[in-house]
Amino acid sequence: MLNILKYLKPKEWALFGASLLFIVAQVWLDLELPGYMSKITRLVQTPGSEMSEIIAAGGWMLLCALGSLATSIIVAGIAAKIAANFSARLRSNLFNKVQSFSMEEINSFSTASLITRSTNDITQVQMLIVIGLQLLVKAPILAVWALLKITGKSWQWSLATGAAVGILILVVGICIVLVLPKFQKLQQLTDNLNRVARENLTGLRVIRAYNAEGYQEEKFGSANNILTSTNLFANNVLAVLMPSISLILSGLSLAIYWIGAALIQSADMTAKMDLFSDMIVFSSYAIQVVMAFMMLIMIFILLPRAHVSAKRINEVLDTKPRLENGSLTASPGTVTGEVEFRNVSFKYPDAEDYVIKDISFTAKRGETVAFIGSTGCGKSTVVNLIPRFYDATSGEVLVDGVNVNRYEQSALRNKMGYVSQKAVLFGGTVTSNIAFGDNGSDAAPEVVDAVYTSQASDFVEKMDGSYEAHIAQGGSNLSGGQKQRLSIARAIARRPEILIFDDSFSALDYKTDRKLRSELKKEARGTTMLIVAQRIGTIKDADKIIVLEAGRIAGMGTHDELMESCEVYQEIAYSQLSKEELA
Amino acid sequence: MIPTEQQPNNWSKLLRYCRNHIPVVLIALVSAAIGTVLTLLGPDQLSEMTDLITQGLATGIDMDAVASIGLFLVLIYAISAVLSLLQGLIMSSVTQKVSKRLRGDLSRKMNRLPLSYYNKSTTGDILSRVTNDVDTIGQALNQSVGTLVTALAMFVGSIVMMLKTNVIMTVTAVVATIIGFGLMAVIMKKSQKYFQSQQEYLGKINGHVEEVYTGHTVVKAYNAETQMRDAFEGLNGNLKNSAFKAQFLSGLMMPIMMFIGNLGFVAVCVAGAVLATNGDISFGVIVAFMMYVRFFTQPLSQIAQAAQSLQSASAASKRVFEFLEAEEMDDEQGKTARLEAAAGKVKFEHVQFAYEGTDNLVIKDFSTEVMPGQKIAIVGPTGAGKTTLVNLLIRFNELTGGEIYIDDMPISSLTRENIHDQFCMVLQDTWLFEGTIRENLVYNKTGITEQEIEEACKSVGLHHFIQTLSAGYDTVLNDKVNLSAGQKQQLTIARAMLKNAPMLVLDEATSSVDTRTELLIQQAMDRLMEGRTSFVIAHRLSTIKNADVILVLKDGDILESGSHTELLAKNGFYAELYNSQFEQAS
Repeated sequence: MLNILKYLKPKEWALFGASLLFIVAQVWLDLELPGYMSKITRLVQTPGSEMSEIIAAGGWMLLCALGSLATSIIVAGIAAKIAANFSARLRSNLFNKVQSFSMEEINSFSTASLITRSTNDITQVQMLIVIGLQLLVKAPILAVWALLKITGKSWQWSLATGAAVGILILVVGICIVLVLPKFQKLQQLTDNLNRVARENLTGLRVIRAYNAEGYQEEKFGSANNILTSTNLFANNVLAVLMPSISLILSGLSLAIYWIGAALIQSADMTAKMDLFSDMIVFSSYAIQVVMAFMMLIMIFILLPRAHVSAKRINEVLDTKPRLENGSLTASPGTVTGEVEFRNVSFKYPDAEDYVIKDISFTAKRGETVAFIGSTGCGKSTVVNLIPRFYDATSGEVLVDGVNVNRYEQSALRNKMGYVSQKAVLFGGTVTSNIAFGDNGSDAAPEVVDAVYTSQASDFVEKMDGSYEAHIAQGGSNLSGGQKQRLSIARAIARRPEILIFDDSFSALDYKTDRKLRSELKKEARGTTMLIVAQRIGTIKDADKIIVLEAGRIAGMGTHDELMESCEVYQEIAYSQLSKEELA
Repeated sequence: MIPTEQQPNNWSKLLRYCRNHIPVVLIALVSAAIGTVLTLLGPDQLSEMTDLITQGLATGIDMDAVASIGLFLVLIYAISAVLSLLQGLIMSSVTQKVSKRLRGDLSRKMNRLPLSYYNKSTTGDILSRVTNDVDTIGQALNQSVGTLVTALAMFVGSIVMMLKTNVIMTVTAVVATIIGFGLMAVIMKKSQKYFQSQQEYLGKINGHVEEVYTGHTVVKAYNAETQMRDAFEGLNGNLKNSAFKAQFLSGLMMPIMMFIGNLGFVAVCVAGAVLATNGDISFGVIVAFMMYVRFFTQPLSQIAQAAQSLQSASAASKRVFEFLEAEEMDDEQGKTARLEAAAGKVKFEHVQFAYEGTDNLVIKDFSTEVMPGQKIAIVGPTGAGKTTLVNLLIRFNELTGGEIYIDDMPISSLTRENIHDQFCMVLQDTWLFEGTIRENLVYNKTGITEQEIEEACKSVGLHHFIQTLSAGYDTVLNDKVNLSAGQKQQLTIARAMLKNAPMLVLDEATSSVDTRTELLIQQAMDRLMEGRTSFVIAHRLSTIKNADVILVLKDGDILESGSHTELLAKNGFYAELYNSQFEQAS
């Protein structure tokens, strides 16, 4: 929890310091109040005291109260300010951190968990900070000050107060020991519930097709049950807390009076009066002491959950992105649009087997290089290494003659247009999705061009608002093929040196596929294209086809060459087209 | 004044929602009230004890009387502690039950909303309702309802006791505190608004974060980090502002209430002194009032605190009930018609479809008849309405006009569930969930043997791969297991095989499987299609060449229909589509 405070800025520490002063002032004023109160009580109880005296004392008391009000408004303002700024900063740091992650890190946290960390967990911390800044600081000051006011009165009374505080700490301690692990678990269980609900939302069609609503609900139900029972236990323990505290509080008052009676009874005649007034003062301050501890307890109720949240936030913030950024913002040589692999191998960090092994090839400017092979042969991995979504385990990936890890990541990625296997669209408009990122947002004609090239114009222009038509989150209001064409348009609008299509054509029908490729050839002359595909038709006319089998190159050449020499390629070809069709 | 109208509305909804728990809650509330009344006795007894001590200062204190008061108090305190413990336990279990039910209802609701609902809302926002908002409601109910009752009991109790003692003094005390109420009301109203917008921005941020985190690669590839960050910062800034305002205003409540308490105290003392000098009241009354006014104002701050958390609960329950009250798909309880195992005759009659709220017909006037056991292929350019057509058949969407008959029964007379049962389906999205491979395969079917599972996997060519996994069929699929899109698709095909329904829908089922694997799967699918009426949507025309009827769809209408050879001979749109796969891009 303390660790996370390092994200506070000096200005906020200064504000905090200021609020500290106000809190001290507030405590002083609050502790003045009982004095005036007992003075007024005494005046009222003494027959014949002057009206003006009562009004004067009342006036002073009101002044103190007003002062305390003013200071606490300031303290509340400061606390709210710090908490709001702090949590906004944390949220933004976290968001940026996650953006800097490579796929590896995202996978190791899981997307769902990262989402809860970015929202829920931060809210927990914010809540603790708001209350903490007001109470956590005030409570010890109040406790110590009130204690100072009553020390040396009578050891019996002090003992009673001490015992009350002791019991209080004991009760709270037991509760915390019981509850803390539950709270830790609660966060996980919430994640779990979130995951199941998400699963349901993303799989609506399948669930309905299988009439599996009940099954999903049952699953949600069991996650819900565990969460509820854990919550119930934690809350029940906390339910014991409040009655115990008020019991202790009342018990203490009673004890002070009871002890007082005994003390006065056995005291000298002269000391009796002093003891009596001491008793009154002591009881009001002793209550203040216990109250102070109560405030601390309030914090302790919030602390466990916030502590867990803070830990989860820190876990993300402290993760060092594995990819180190290079410094080159442009390729030093004159070569452009060239991709070269030199004996590249890749495996996942903890995996045993290589996904791809010893891949070497060169794609020159303007060339089209295609990758084909069965599912899971590593085609996607090969092209994912070029924009550095992962780093090669060994060997070198070169773009324009320079190893990709020497480039600044944004400079590297600006050279290429990448289309993922699964089309990704964002909530917004058609234009905002195509003029995405470094494509710039004022490139209207390029957006239209790209939409035409990607064969998306027919449906885009039919949509409500055409280029400004609304796209739902994840593009859920479009069909798979439509999404894919828009994501291809996004790549084209970039006018990059290198275009990477990671199996992006398989959601398109043949006709659209072919038209799109012809248009691409025309529009993107001079652009190097790397195409991962499954259809022979898509890649037949590529300059170079690389056949992958179990992560290794099984053949390289043109369609005709491979039809002659490569057995794997032949198998793939014949699985799709008959001999006559291939001829 | 919309907000004022809505607020009680949210509450009555929540109250109606909790009505089963009302008896228990009443017990809790009664015990809270009794406990409070008992504590009201406490100071009274303590002041009696003080009197005993004062009286005894000169003569010696009556220690027996002190002891009896003391013992009486111990008893009262103990009873009151037990009662409030009871209250706490009841409330905590009621809240948990209510939260659980809310979450459960939300999850059930997800499956009852029409698919079109999800075009308008984001996954993140709905998730935020299930977790964040329900949490807020739970926390507020748990902490606040009890406090509210205790405070109210104390408030009413002290008013009664004050009125019994002296009316003028009561008026003084009440007037002083009314000022407090006024302030409190103003602040509450303001902060209510900010609490709502805080909750709203939280939902929006959730949606944005979800989208960006799931589209991570694309964001990186396009260097759109800045753009995404800007959007995020915009939302975050708004959230920050509303959070600050909400927190600040709610932070003001406590201090103001404390001040009102002190104000009341002074007012009562001064007024009392005036009355006493006039001889209207005795000093004892003033002393009593000084105590009552504390009891009277002290609960106000608690009420304020409770009100504040109930406020955020009101904002949250607005969002929760908004979702729970969204219009569901038609209730089908009344439908008695039932199709056991369909023979597989399907007839489309002048089918029309437009998305809700638009006049734009996606399917214009579609009629066709399919005989049992036929294999129907639906082809056409992307966006021609192929998937929509299938969605209508299995009633994911409802017809705008016309009718579809299965075995001569209009599908509108059947329940959706009944229709879904007639189809094995493999859809374009390869949806798998976190669970073992076996769980994913069996899904909600019962009575599937190990052998059947293995057979299904063998026929889609996945058995060998699964065997190489460390836990075999018990391998848990999660973010960390890397299945290729093709393997995922193979799993969903195996799942469809295990469902074993009388008809079959394949919507781009093999589009992400490589062709060699597809060849393997094709054999299995052909076996699956035997004797089943099948609807196949495919891009790869090679897979549908052997279909009995090929329907060529364009812009929601049938352009051509016939067998592969017939259509090729026609040399129309289909022929063009078919030949395009062999043409070189020029």
